[in-house]
Amino acid sequence: MTAYLIRRLFAALMLLFVVSAVTFAIFFLVPRLGGQSIDELAVQYVGKDANPESVAAVKKNLGLDQPLIVQYADFIKAIFVGAEYKFGPDASTCDAPCFGYSFKTHVEVWPEITQRIPITLSLAVGAAVLWVVSGVTIGVISALNRGTFVDRLAMTVALLGVSLPIFFTGLLGLALFTSQWPIWESVDYIPITEDPGEWFWNLIIPWCSLAFLYSALYARLTRAGMLETMGEDYIRTARAKGLRESKVVTKHGLRAALTPIVTIFGMDFGLLVGGAIITEQVFSLQGMGAYAVQAVKDSDLPIVMGVTLVAAFFIVFCNLIVDLLYAAIDPRVRYS
Amino acid sequence: MKTKKVTAVLATALTLALTASACGGSDDDGDGNKKNGKSNAVADAALESIVNESSEKGGTVKYEHSDVPDSLDPGNTYYGWVQNFSRLYGRTLTTFKPAAGAEGLEVVPDLAESLGEPSADAKTWTYKLRKGVKFEDGTEVTSKDVKYAIQRSNFAPEALSNGPTYFKAYLVGGDKYKGPYKDKSPEGIKSIETPDDHTIVFKLNKPFADFDYLATFSQTAPVPQAKDKGASYVQNIVSSGPYKFESYNEGRSAVLVRNEQWDQKTDPVRKALPDRIEVKFKVNPTTVDQHLLNDQITVDAAGTGVQSKTQPKVLKASEKNQTDNPYAGATSYLAMSVKVAPFDNIECRKAVQYAVDKASVQQALGGDTKGDVATTLLPPSVNGYTKFDTYPSEGNKGDEAKAKEHLKACGQPNGFTTNLSARSDRPDEIAMATAIKASLERVGIKAEIKQFPSGKYFANFAGNPSYVHEHKLGLMMMAWGADWPTGFGFLDQIVNGSAIKPSGGNNLMELDDPKVNQALADGIGMTDAEERTKKWGEVDKLVMDTASAVPLIYRKNLLYRPDSATNVTVTQAYLGMYDYLLLSTSKK
Repeated sequence: MTAYLIRRLFAALMLLFVVSAVTFAIFFLVPRLGGQSIDELAVQYVGKDANPESVAAVKKNLGLDQPLIVQYADFIKAIFVGAEYKFGPDASTCDAPCFGYSFKTHVEVWPEITQRIPITLSLAVGAAVLWVVSGVTIGVISALNRGTFVDRLAMTVALLGVSLPIFFTGLLGLALFTSQWPIWESVDYIPITEDPGEWFWNLIIPWCSLAFLYSALYARLTRAGMLETMGEDYIRTARAKGLRESKVVTKHGLRAALTPIVTIFGMDFGLLVGGAIITEQVFSLQGMGAYAVQAVKDSDLPIVMGVTLVAAFFIVFCNLIVDLLYAAIDPRVRYS
Repeated sequence: MKTKKVTAVLATALTLALTASACGGSDDDGDGNKKNGKSNAVADAALESIVNESSEKGGTVKYEHSDVPDSLDPGNTYYGWVQNFSRLYGRTLTTFKPAAGAEGLEVVPDLAESLGEPSADAKTWTYKLRKGVKFEDGTEVTSKDVKYAIQRSNFAPEALSNGPTYFKAYLVGGDKYKGPYKDKSPEGIKSIETPDDHTIVFKLNKPFADFDYLATFSQTAPVPQAKDKGASYVQNIVSSGPYKFESYNEGRSAVLVRNEQWDQKTDPVRKALPDRIEVKFKVNPTTVDQHLLNDQITVDAAGTGVQSKTQPKVLKASEKNQTDNPYAGATSYLAMSVKVAPFDNIECRKAVQYAVDKASVQQALGGDTKGDVATTLLPPSVNGYTKFDTYPSEGNKGDEAKAKEHLKACGQPNGFTTNLSARSDRPDEIAMATAIKASLERVGIKAEIKQFPSGKYFANFAGNPSYVHEHKLGLMMMAWGADWPTGFGFLDQIVNGSAIKPSGGNNLMELDDPKVNQALADGIGMTDAEERTKKWGEVDKLVMDTASAVPLIYRKNLLYRPDSATNVTVTQAYLGMYDYLLLSTSKK
């Protein structure tokens, strides 16, 4: 088990390294191969008045005049040992883990990320609880009542959920509940540490919109899985042994059907913590997704790198947890 | 049987849902969004008057913005709305009078006791500072703080690169001075003198009679050197105005509260009615509009008006009285590169002048709410605007016969092919370009539309002469608003030969006409304001004589004033947005 864990952790680290290299290449190397000069690159980080002196100063200060490999090495080095930057009268130190400073605003990236993670995490956790509970429940009920009205209704709603994009359901939710029937005056993020009640109240619409999409998907997955397992021989055996139906369903049926659900949940959740891009835009939540969009729009490389690495970390981390969970869920899986 | 039952249940559910929404709809129509319905102002009332005038103190003015500012640091911003907004926490040497209509274009002293004292040649400008003006920490504002603010904002692009650099361009030795972060000498730039704590003297390298306008820039808001942290000063801005920062979250929000050190006696410009000012950034644009209509916020900070999809909603009879449709201080025009054939021939340019159907361009843009047909580069809201039309046509629909005549004179009787550039992420611009393409085709000019992202439009494409020449971008869509609302502030950057840059320039036509250049230089040397203002109309005419730019539309915005907004008036000094110094609220 320990050896397996170490192997996986090492692989995860390598993966993050590759992700960082690829992201760097996409944003720096590819434009250069496409013929973009360093000056043209630097101009993006100067304001409206891009006179040659400003461009030269910005280029030098951001280190854009260095060879690409040096820039990349500096970036990676800063993550582990920190770095020093000069955007004013005195140099400022950026402690490890240092993801550098925004090329546009010169604000340190890491503190921004740590301030935004709770927002995205709040959104993701709440929505995840909602969608897993509702999705799996609906899926199970649907599978057990296959072909009935309940099943069809559930699957129709599920189809709607899968088909309707979040920017539609989200905006619709906002229009209905903040304007048509103003139960909420507006949706604002209030930190849980400040007022847990308000935090919860304000996130209900985003949670529901996001969960609607996912729970539909999970309901369909669970239903398919349950239909398959409930037809297995061992279920018949369980029933023949005289087990109660509820136990047959939960302990034998659902447990087996859950494995693919857990797998996909690991991916979905990890991805979401990296930034629920559209949901955050719709509800004006300033989480990781909103930060990433702004960064891509501004070609703000340190932010893009930071957000991508953190998102990749969450995906890798959640997948690792999922792999470990397999052993708990499925008795056939043992790590050695 | 089962299917029938399902259908019946679904039908009932659908009917119920529809009834419910219909009820909701009628409620809204009956009550609308006006809960109090107290404002009896009419549409466009804020163009010439102060709507909901009030002297009541208190309340929170709420701003929302769908994007982020370049910076709220007065020394690191170029955005019009930040120039307007930053006056709440930064007092500049001069500023625009918070007043309705044309009076709002008047420059008045703010931190200075009076407007600048120019020398006869308009090359030396002296300001006397008011006494008793304090920073939020209680220390008195001195001329050295103003000098420092200008040094950091104009000469330190490695840290503060967003703002304009007019001071650098006009000050003696501006090209040599390295800025306060690199040049640590105590005297700083020598061409700004501070003989005492309340006097500041600017020595310019050429006559510049618009200097009082330059002194309105947020860059003249004082910054105490000891508190300057360069790029991160924005997180701890030291206020000299009636409000100071209670909190600032980069890219997310800011809250301003009263600055107890501000003294009304030293400030004849501001009334500072609200107790608190809150700004939220990156709010979904649809939500911003919704909040405005629901009277949940006071104003959309951007000041560029409601979204296109919200326009029909606010133009309904029940809402229209709460809208204002001011000029946005900008003109959309079609630039012709005088260096790209066949536009190097003035006759070909004249053919385009007559061929373009401006009425159809206006239509494509969305009608008169979006703007009026333009015949001059200067928009009507800028000091120096003179009405004229060098290439008239009936109903502004273009004159095909005349266009063909000029085509013949140009040696291209059957027309020619060329490229027309526009910004891909600006649907308005693409719509206008498409209308232009159609009208040019009437006379045989075939223009292929080339789209480029707006972020790189000037650096890499339309504003980059070598790209323009190489790719034969004969026609380029362009929109321009003045950095300060005078003819010089508007025209100098787009028609002066000196504004042609290897990259990032705004003189897209590459116009380097000695007559135009001379007229600009003459005008800016005139210390008599009236004479100077008159000169700008002449420059505009000279440019139109070169036929290098086709004015298309004087842009307009559609602003919405919520019920609770008080002291609302449009200021032409800041691109036709509401005056943020005046803006207050009836919500307590």
